[in-house]
Amino acid sequence: MKTNVRKKKDGALLLVAPMAIWTILFVVVTLGYILYLSFTTRAENGMGVTAQLTLDNYLKLLNPSYLKVLGNSLKLAAITTIICLLVGYPFGYLMAKASPRRRAILMLLVIVPFWTNALVRVYGWRILLMGDGPINVFLQTLGLIDKPLKLLNTFGAVVLGMVYALLPFMILPTYSSVEKMDWALVEASRDMGASPLRAFVTVTLPLTAPGVLAGCVLTFVPSIGLFFMSDLLGGANDVFLGNLINDQLLKSRDWPFAAALSVVMMLLTSLFLWLYRRAGGKAEDIAAL
Amino acid sequence: MKNGSWRSRLYMALVLLLMYLPIVVTAVYSFNANQSRFTFQFTGFSLQHYKALFQDTSGLLDALWQSLQLALYSCLISAALGTLGAVGMARRKFRLGGALEGLALLPAMTPEIIMAMGFLAVFTAAGLPFGMLTLVLAHVTFCVPYIYIVVKGRLAGMDPDLPNAARDLGASPARAFWTVTLPLILPGVLSGTLLAFAMSMDDFVISFFVTGPGTTTLPVKIYSSVRMGVSLQVNALSTLMLATVFLLTAALRLLRRRRAAQTT
Repeated sequence: MKTNVRKKKDGALLLVAPMAIWTILFVVVTLGYILYLSFTTRAENGMGVTAQLTLDNYLKLLNPSYLKVLGNSLKLAAITTIICLLVGYPFGYLMAKASPRRRAILMLLVIVPFWTNALVRVYGWRILLMGDGPINVFLQTLGLIDKPLKLLNTFGAVVLGMVYALLPFMILPTYSSVEKMDWALVEASRDMGASPLRAFVTVTLPLTAPGVLAGCVLTFVPSIGLFFMSDLLGGANDVFLGNLINDQLLKSRDWPFAAALSVVMMLLTSLFLWLYRRAGGKAEDIAAL
Repeated sequence: MKNGSWRSRLYMALVLLLMYLPIVVTAVYSFNANQSRFTFQFTGFSLQHYKALFQDTSGLLDALWQSLQLALYSCLISAALGTLGAVGMARRKFRLGGALEGLALLPAMTPEIIMAMGFLAVFTAAGLPFGMLTLVLAHVTFCVPYIYIVVKGRLAGMDPDLPNAARDLGASPARAFWTVTLPLILPGVLSGTLLAFAMSMDDFVISFFVTGPGTTTLPVKIYSSVRMGVSLQVNALSTLMLATVFLLTAALRLLRRRRAAQTT
């Protein structure tokens, strides 16, 4: 009752207004403008756009070479997510089961590298994988190989870089879901005669599914767009959606097509977020990381 | 996998080793005497890259300085916007509140390159001069969601009757906010601001598109220096930055432990 009386004078609107205005100006207008651009025509002189509305930019996407880029991007994102899951889940799980003291140290060790710049960490891999870099020199000294292996500028190097950059985003949510789990349930299933494996598959896994799901979205979504990874680690054939948008924007200056590519990427992202929500995930769990 | 078994320990050690390998290698090579931009042979120990870094022959220090300024402006503006927004949203149910929240959080969930392309297009259309201004506008936009979420979480754990009690005792809404709500949510505001600072410092994709002549952020500078070959000054700078982060973290832990020891 009291809240009703106070309603008009609590100043809430005034508090929300700056954020609302900022959001409209820089999020709604920005994303709306991309949508608009995707239906425009590129100007004759190559610079800028004309307001002649068309669907050509989307039809252009059906060109096999662009479809291949789209397929490549999804393949890269899927492989990255699966490897992150296979490596990150056990790590998050073991971390949650460690003693509190060790847990704090492990947490720190996982997070600290991420306070250094992502580019620098990728650059570290670039050094490692170079023809005369440490890995090749090491293998040659051991006599395992005669001449340097081509490690850099390969699809494998891009996957490595992606997994490396995104692994914590899988470790942290699985860790927190395992930590919150009620272990009595696992013990109960063991008491009733389930094998450790069966207890894991039927109890632990379903209970930690929200964390796994959040981790998958957190690795899948960014891996569609990190264009600098393939720039620094990949070869000439490793062109992904992010690189294509980058090239269209800065080299070919075909903004309408770049906008259409962005809209497609946005739709893909929304599709995954929607699936995630359908499966019971909360948007905040994702954005909080 | 039982906790404490040698197999699980080995596994964790291996993952951590891979995590730190590129960082250690970057640090080791910062002492390499080799001058070449294209080969990596370790030819001897030298501090020349540190010396060159501090004479700023490649402009890395200048870029670091600009990045720090940018991160400071962005985290302060976004802290104000996000905190006020979260407090306002918690006070009352708005008709379009859910939609606004969804839209405000969108930048955190959209692939960066899309926001980057959007900012580039919109700022061009609006005729804004590319440089520090456009960088701050873009960075604030992607920092607001982080502050908003952290503060919202903090508010959820707060007794909503406390500011109401202050109001009943005659405090104005503004006074109730300053003397009751803000001190209670301050830890959330601070950690959100720190997070925003780090996000801004680390951002490459968006900065790459909205930066202008005369303004270079550190990640953009690093990208252009290492894209074609090798720049051991980058190694030197990142080694110094990493050492700083480690020392700060260790100091913070020590401080916290000492404080905990004092209170018990």
